[in-house]
Amino acid sequence: MSGDVIISIRGLKNQFGAQVVHENLDLDVYRGEVLGVVGGSGTGKSVLLRTIVGLNHARQGTIEVFGKVLDDIPVRERRAIEKRWGVLFQDGALFSSLTVTQNVQAPLREHLDLPQRLMDEIAGLKIALAGLPASAGPKFPSELSGGMRKRAALARALALDPEILFLDEPTAGLDPIGAAAFDELISRLKQTLGLTVFLVTHDLDTLHATCDRIAVLAERKVLAIGTISQLMTHRHPWIQEYFHGPRARAAEAAWGEAPQGSKEP
Amino acid sequence: MTKTSGHDGDEPLPDVALTQGAGAPVLAFSGTFTIYHAREADRVLNELALPRAKDAVIDLSAVTRLDTTGAYLAHRTELKLAAQGARVTYRCPDEDWLSLIRAIASHDAKPTEPHHHPNAFVRMLERLGTSVIGIYDGARDALGFTGQIFEALGRAIISPRRLRFTSLVHHMEQAGIDAIPIVFMMSFLVGSVTAYQGAEQLARFGAEVFTVNLVAVSFLREVGILLTAIMVAGRSGSAFTAQIGSMKMREEIDAMRVLGLDPIEVLVLPRVLALVIMLPFLGFIADLAGMLGGGIVAMLELGMSPAAYLDQFRASLGEWTFWIGIIKAPVFAFLIGLIGCYEGMRVSGSAESVGRRTTQSVVEGIFVVIIADAFFSVMFAELGI
Repeated sequence: MSGDVIISIRGLKNQFGAQVVHENLDLDVYRGEVLGVVGGSGTGKSVLLRTIVGLNHARQGTIEVFGKVLDDIPVRERRAIEKRWGVLFQDGALFSSLTVTQNVQAPLREHLDLPQRLMDEIAGLKIALAGLPASAGPKFPSELSGGMRKRAALARALALDPEILFLDEPTAGLDPIGAAAFDELISRLKQTLGLTVFLVTHDLDTLHATCDRIAVLAERKVLAIGTISQLMTHRHPWIQEYFHGPRARAAEAAWGEAPQGSKEP
Repeated sequence: MTKTSGHDGDEPLPDVALTQGAGAPVLAFSGTFTIYHAREADRVLNELALPRAKDAVIDLSAVTRLDTTGAYLAHRTELKLAAQGARVTYRCPDEDWLSLIRAIASHDAKPTEPHHHPNAFVRMLERLGTSVIGIYDGARDALGFTGQIFEALGRAIISPRRLRFTSLVHHMEQAGIDAIPIVFMMSFLVGSVTAYQGAEQLARFGAEVFTVNLVAVSFLREVGILLTAIMVAGRSGSAFTAQIGSMKMREEIDAMRVLGLDPIEVLVLPRVLALVIMLPFLGFIADLAGMLGGGIVAMLELGMSPAAYLDQFRASLGEWTFWIGIIKAPVFAFLIGLIGCYEGMRVSGSAESVGRRTTQSVVEGIFVVIIADAFFSVMFAELGI
């Protein structure tokens, strides 16, 4: 992996009312890696994601994406950067009044001027890449199952061929088979498209299956960061509990000794 | 916002050149094959006359950038060549690009169905037919819904414990008490306007004194209760639809059913009953306000004393005038409550449908109230009261 830093966070502070979520948080994400972000409930995993993509304003600190400090650049430049990342929200956040195809085409329609036939072809491609059957295209989000909605949302997030993909608990609420297929999908997309993935998750299997590095959020900052095997030997009690609890043992047994950046079971 | 063609404006444009190589024709791709240049790339490829040959080469060596869309376009070209019987080989310096093209080939993506638009006349007929069937279905379902409400009412009468008393009182306050100021204001103003216009016209016959009759009869029989019903349909009917609709959307109604709670009994009955109880009361207030408005105009414009106004008022009333107005109120209330709750229950999935149903509820509520009022008029005329 190259040492090319694609997202760099320094001294981040987030606060809601009296509750400080992050303080002095530093984090680097390298180009081409899948970074898993874990932490107990309420440690601000989703807040961190929302702060990077600009849905939440930080009290202090700087966030640099593609070498640009997001708060300092003019709006037009910011829009250009926003086109280079895709976000998958927890419940998909598909536009409920549009079909899956129209959802995928929404960013194309807004940012590009393409003939309808080509847009239909591109939407078909993204829908297939996200692992949905072509028959899902004309359906509305309310007609899809939870897993299919996530895939449709992924297709929309991939619409503009982003360089960074932000995923917020992509496997939450999926059955184990669906979740495993999603893990595999993310690994494959990362390899074929060269994506950088910022992955917030609770799912230990996902961590084993897809992540190159894992960042543990606790005590308002990134407590530890490294490969699974590095974190397993970390002495912090929460990390010990997390990677050596009963569920972790089951996942570990399934994935063997989890060499760093492993892809194949 | 301007539609930009990429993040870097100086990226080389995509192009494809056809050359006859050593035996096999070569399609030399060059430039940027990304989604930001997809329009150009698509046009170039569509304008290119593909060669018929046994072998063909797609050469990507001069391509500067390739993303999924570019890879798809290369793959599409490969498929077209293959359809003409050519065996296609790639010449590509970048292993990753080849694996991307192979990954896309393995997906067998089909373009999504193009939207088909029948002509305007057919579409108009289709919409007409759909809405006629919709009206029939809606009327049938609404009748079923009415039955369910009466069933729940019957159960509540047999065992009054089933009536959600707290909820009933809450809705009586929201739909009834809270509506008093607006109903009062509106009727007061309409009452004084009627008196003012009436006085002007009647003065031509020297019959100004009958202004009082005009205001009294029109308000007590028709206008007071009709205005109130329209206001309540807009105010409470829409609220019922939005409340029940958003609960339906978040599966709260389903949750009630599986917990053994009857949503008709818990949500609909208290709302409908609250309206049925409060609307006659609001109608009465509207009558009072209208008479007050009329009275003030009579005093200021016609110089009538309050005592004379009241005498004339009493003389203008028939035995039934007041009751004809008030009798209609519970019927209007039931119709408004029924439509409000029914439309709420029809909300499905999307946020958009809550909005559509709410609008529908207000429009239908007002429409049905006016139709019912016309029926009452005919009925009372036939009865001769």
